[in-house]
Amino acid sequence: MSSDWLERLGGYPGVWKRRHLLGLEDLSAEEITCILDKAVVFKQLLAEGHRRIPLLAGKTVCNLFFENSTRTRTSFGLAARRLGADVVDFSAATSSLSKGETVIDTARNLEAMGIEAVVVRHRTPGAPHLLAQNIHCSVINAGDGAHEHPTQGLLDIMTIRQLRGRVEGLTVALVGDIAHSRTARSNIWGLKKLGAHVIVCGPSTLVSPRWQELGVEVSYNLDEILPRCDVLNLLRIQFERQTRRPFPSVREYAHLYAMNRQRMARTKPDILIMAPGPINRGVEMTAEVADGPQSAILPQVTNGVAVRMAVLWLLAGAA
Amino acid sequence: MSSLLIAHGRVIDPSQHMDRITNLLIRDGRIAAYDASEQEADQTLDAAGKIVCPGLIDMHVHLREPGREEDETIQTGAAAALAGGFTSIVCAPNTDPPIDTQGVAAFIHHQAAKADHCNVYVLGCVSKNREGKELAEIGQLVEAGAVGFTDDGNPIADPELLRRAFEYCRMFDKPVLNHAEVKELTEGGVMHEGLVSLILGLTGMPSASEEVMIARDIALAEATGGRLHVMHLTTANGVEMIRRAKRRGVRVTCEVTPHHLTLTDEQFRSFDPNYKMNPPLRGREHVEALIAALQDGTIDVIASDHAPHSQEKKLQEIDLAPFGVIGLETTLGVVATRLIEPGLLDWPTAIEKMTINPARILGLPKGTLAVGADADVTIIDPEARWTVDPKQFRSKSCNTPFAGWKLKGRAVATIVGGRVKYTWP
Repeated sequence: MSSDWLERLGGYPGVWKRRHLLGLEDLSAEEITCILDKAVVFKQLLAEGHRRIPLLAGKTVCNLFFENSTRTRTSFGLAARRLGADVVDFSAATSSLSKGETVIDTARNLEAMGIEAVVVRHRTPGAPHLLAQNIHCSVINAGDGAHEHPTQGLLDIMTIRQLRGRVEGLTVALVGDIAHSRTARSNIWGLKKLGAHVIVCGPSTLVSPRWQELGVEVSYNLDEILPRCDVLNLLRIQFERQTRRPFPSVREYAHLYAMNRQRMARTKPDILIMAPGPINRGVEMTAEVADGPQSAILPQVTNGVAVRMAVLWLLAGAA
Repeated sequence: MSSLLIAHGRVIDPSQHMDRITNLLIRDGRIAAYDASEQEADQTLDAAGKIVCPGLIDMHVHLREPGREEDETIQTGAAAALAGGFTSIVCAPNTDPPIDTQGVAAFIHHQAAKADHCNVYVLGCVSKNREGKELAEIGQLVEAGAVGFTDDGNPIADPELLRRAFEYCRMFDKPVLNHAEVKELTEGGVMHEGLVSLILGLTGMPSASEEVMIARDIALAEATGGRLHVMHLTTANGVEMIRRAKRRGVRVTCEVTPHHLTLTDEQFRSFDPNYKMNPPLRGREHVEALIAALQDGTIDVIASDHAPHSQEKKLQEIDLAPFGVIGLETTLGVVATRLIEPGLLDWPTAIEKMTINPARILGLPKGTLAVGADADVTIIDPEARWTVDPKQFRSKSCNTPFAGWKLKGRAVATIVGGRVKYTWP
């Protein structure tokens, strides 16, 4: 039975050698493409109505979330269940972390209970790397501070590839709070590796000119770059990560960077509007843009489950 | 008492501009004579092929006692010093309670005497409880043996307090040592602000935070005639400001650590907390400026900023891990391997920065092998090859960024007051 599924997936890919997914910076274009190709198959299988593709039957995936999350956590949980795995949910609020148990100890304890993969979200960059060095099972980074959020980057790129047919040669602008965005970083690595032109755009207090050193275009003027963009990824202003307000007011931010009807009128007609997380309506974009015909926000969410199935299978399904 | 002849060694003593092969005679705990013969001594130590120099001095060490004995004690810290070739160490006052009263200074001297390893000097606090508000009883602390004044990890933020400290310490001819950091610019920071911090999504500590404070400190030292010592310098602009200040006669000195001379912020990509220190590891351009400043004499001293933290405190998420690494047992080997071996620094210059220069800055009667001086001597085998193994450390902590490094050159004998306190292997 499981061999049928394997056949649909073209077998376990030889290119895949990794045990952990910590960031897109580490991956080659070939590895990224491999994940995306498998995700497309999973998405197709789901669209055909399959609700259980038990390639991970008998395995256990642990969601280890030290930071709040709704959609990433749900998406990973659903992906694991669709693959037939058991899912253990662990969140800092209900955990013994308040008793001073360390992250490493927590993960080791969970591992001792028998799990094959840990999906970890943590406020600190490098926390998943710390785990990967100290436990034996697979570690998937579901967001570490402002560092990386690889599955978000992958699902964004999958959405672009699906709706525009390619990534190479497209101009993709990441707009907003680049400084505090792990989604921005994962997108930058993934998009650059697949040959897109990437622009980071936002207030100069949140967009470092150093991004240019990585071959990324830096802009502070959304209106100026707008007509050139094929994709806009509007990042949420992360008020909770800012120690001091980096711009004078939300009103001024929205005036300079919010996507609204007037700005939509100046874009390419087939522009894609994406947003990675919960959006602040009226700040990053108006409701009519979020819900408008160019919005790819819901396809992003659908693709998220498929990408996470692909990642879980590649990391935990080899044996 | 007894006598000891250190025979056939290359004696390098920058305080006397000496660099020659000779026999050095120690008698009754003091340097007795040069070119002595074996017949004059009870005991002979063959130092052929070795360097014989004044006992090394580390002027920036955290011994943690009193208050954090789980990380280090005066006994373990002083033992680590001996193993690293240091015969004198100067401990920072950020203990708990801090060294802001005679009693704490006396306690440290007492513990050091009890340990009976190397000489331990203390720095006193500039302000009461290191709060940056009122001056500590500096005069009393001088009487208790304090050799300089600093609030260490708490940079003196109030410029008026620093001005008064310069003026007041001038009366005792003591330097004010400042950790140059404008805290408002480094809030939440864990590493150097640059491309690497941008990529890792970690809050950076800009080099400007150090430069701004160095500029202010120089201005106040110049205005008051006080003596400023800039601790653990890390920035190219900081170097340049000090170079210019020295040229126009400002009484400023400075030190640099082995880690800031050999590592960069690139190391942070591993997220290993053993690369987390304050000031942070900076970019290559800063490292090059620091090495050039060592060469041209702008930087007076190499000091370890030995900062022990127990494993359970240090091995945490990178934002929770405390700042600091240890260095007493690796400083000499790292300097020998990474600066002397490739020809960036010669032995006399390196030794000068670990002996007579810190002694002069702090007014210590040390750092020289002049006849009559205390017989504090370090014998270095410049060819000794060894691997840094934190398990072998005498320090109570093992938070080093140099674990596993293969080094060439180390202390093979450490002599304090004429007594051989440590030999290697």
